[in-house]
Amino acid sequence: MNSMIATKPAEHTPRIRLVVDNSPLVSGSMAAMVRKRKHLHSRGEGETGLTDNEANSISGEHSAATDASTELLCTCLADIAERQDRTAFKTLFDYFAPRIKAYVMKLGTPPAQAEELVQETMLKVWRKAAQFDPLKAAPSTWIFRIARNQRIDAFRRDARPELDPHDPGLIPDAEPLPDAQLGQQQSEENVREAMATLPEEQKSILLLAFFEDLSHGEIAARLNIPLGTVKSRSRLALAKLRTYLDQQIDFSGPSV
Amino acid sequence: MTIQHHINDDLLVAYAAGSLSESWSLLVASHLALCPTCRKALEAAETMGAQLLETIAPVSVAPSSFDALLARLDGDPYEPALPPSHETIPTPSVLPSPLRDYVGGDLHALKWRRLGKGAFHIPIKTRDGEGKARLLKVPAGKPVPAHSHGGEELTLVLTGSFSTYQGAFHRGDVETADETVEHMPVAGPGEDCICLAVTDAPLRFKSLAARIVQPLIGI
Repeated sequence: MNSMIATKPAEHTPRIRLVVDNSPLVSGSMAAMVRKRKHLHSRGEGETGLTDNEANSISGEHSAATDASTELLCTCLADIAERQDRTAFKTLFDYFAPRIKAYVMKLGTPPAQAEELVQETMLKVWRKAAQFDPLKAAPSTWIFRIARNQRIDAFRRDARPELDPHDPGLIPDAEPLPDAQLGQQQSEENVREAMATLPEEQKSILLLAFFEDLSHGEIAARLNIPLGTVKSRSRLALAKLRTYLDQQIDFSGPSV
Repeated sequence: MTIQHHINDDLLVAYAAGSLSESWSLLVASHLALCPTCRKALEAAETMGAQLLETIAPVSVAPSSFDALLARLDGDPYEPALPPSHETIPTPSVLPSPLRDYVGGDLHALKWRRLGKGAFHIPIKTRDGEGKARLLKVPAGKPVPAHSHGGEELTLVLTGSFSTYQGAFHRGDVETADETVEHMPVAGPGEDCICLAVTDAPLRFKSLAARIVQPLIGI
């Protein structure tokens, strides 16, 4: 999965590469999207769109790259929610549509149906934009959930019982800390960081679980490793991500 | 009481990935409603999915794709913003929301069927027709009837408690068992034990033939 990250920076200036090196999960295409968005917004003001260097400098400050990108995607969703901004929608589409298509194709969806799933997913994004809450999830997490559920809806007769966050019977989270809002975004950053540091052997198992619907038994057969190894690697990976996601949570209770 | 027995990480990842079957998803979603700890873990798993989505090698969509989409936007209804969750007033509800939808209401609405030895059950229909989910009600102090013949099974306690050699399971706790485990759960004293039990294969999409020809992804 790192192939894109590894190769993309070469297309950019050393400055961008530096950013990507520091923050390995920021893709080069994200920077390209920032540029594109800037161009779109400068349209109508003559050909004075930002140069690549100027655009690079937008994402060139370390960690501003991730922040600006997430911020940009959040802004797009807000613009859609507030004024049905189609330019913002195009920005989201250009970034997510090819990724959603790749994702559902990896899961065995033929290209024509994959195109349709992309459309259905983006249509939901458009309709539900007002429901997006940047304090609760990153845009990519929110859109991932929509794409995942669309795929289930489209190809199976069955449903996916969902947790309802508004269920009156819900046992609420512990009282949020005063800096909980910051905490949520920090949590997502932490998971990004954790993903970047996972050993390949653990990451590959997560990839198979997410992208091929493989059971642990099937993953073991595919990778030709014992089932116990698959289980322990998977457990290690998620345990690590859990601790990164919320380091205040005490996971001392036994997991069955 | 704080939940002691959580959903296995593997199942949480499968739920986050969307590959868990309907009946197993029902149990996971019901547990999530009762367990803030596992909701956090699910967030981790979904963020992971989002990360994979962000870093996947993109596949170009058809050039006409966006225009086709724009054509579908016109007259499309918008869904309003959701109310902040703190505005919902907690009311006593024994069954979490996804489960209520499947059985047609909360506890008082249930129509139990006799299972023998004082126990009752309600088979739960899932849309995939493969679901092996049901509610069980066991009188306090009585043994919980065996509900599978081999394979994995998952049991979520909703009221009362039961005990196995692994200890006591209370509301929100999940017991995982497979054919290698000789478990003889007994309902705790004082209150009937109602639990949601699912059996059989946890993963969906088993029949997706296309998957068989999927090449090994980039690992």
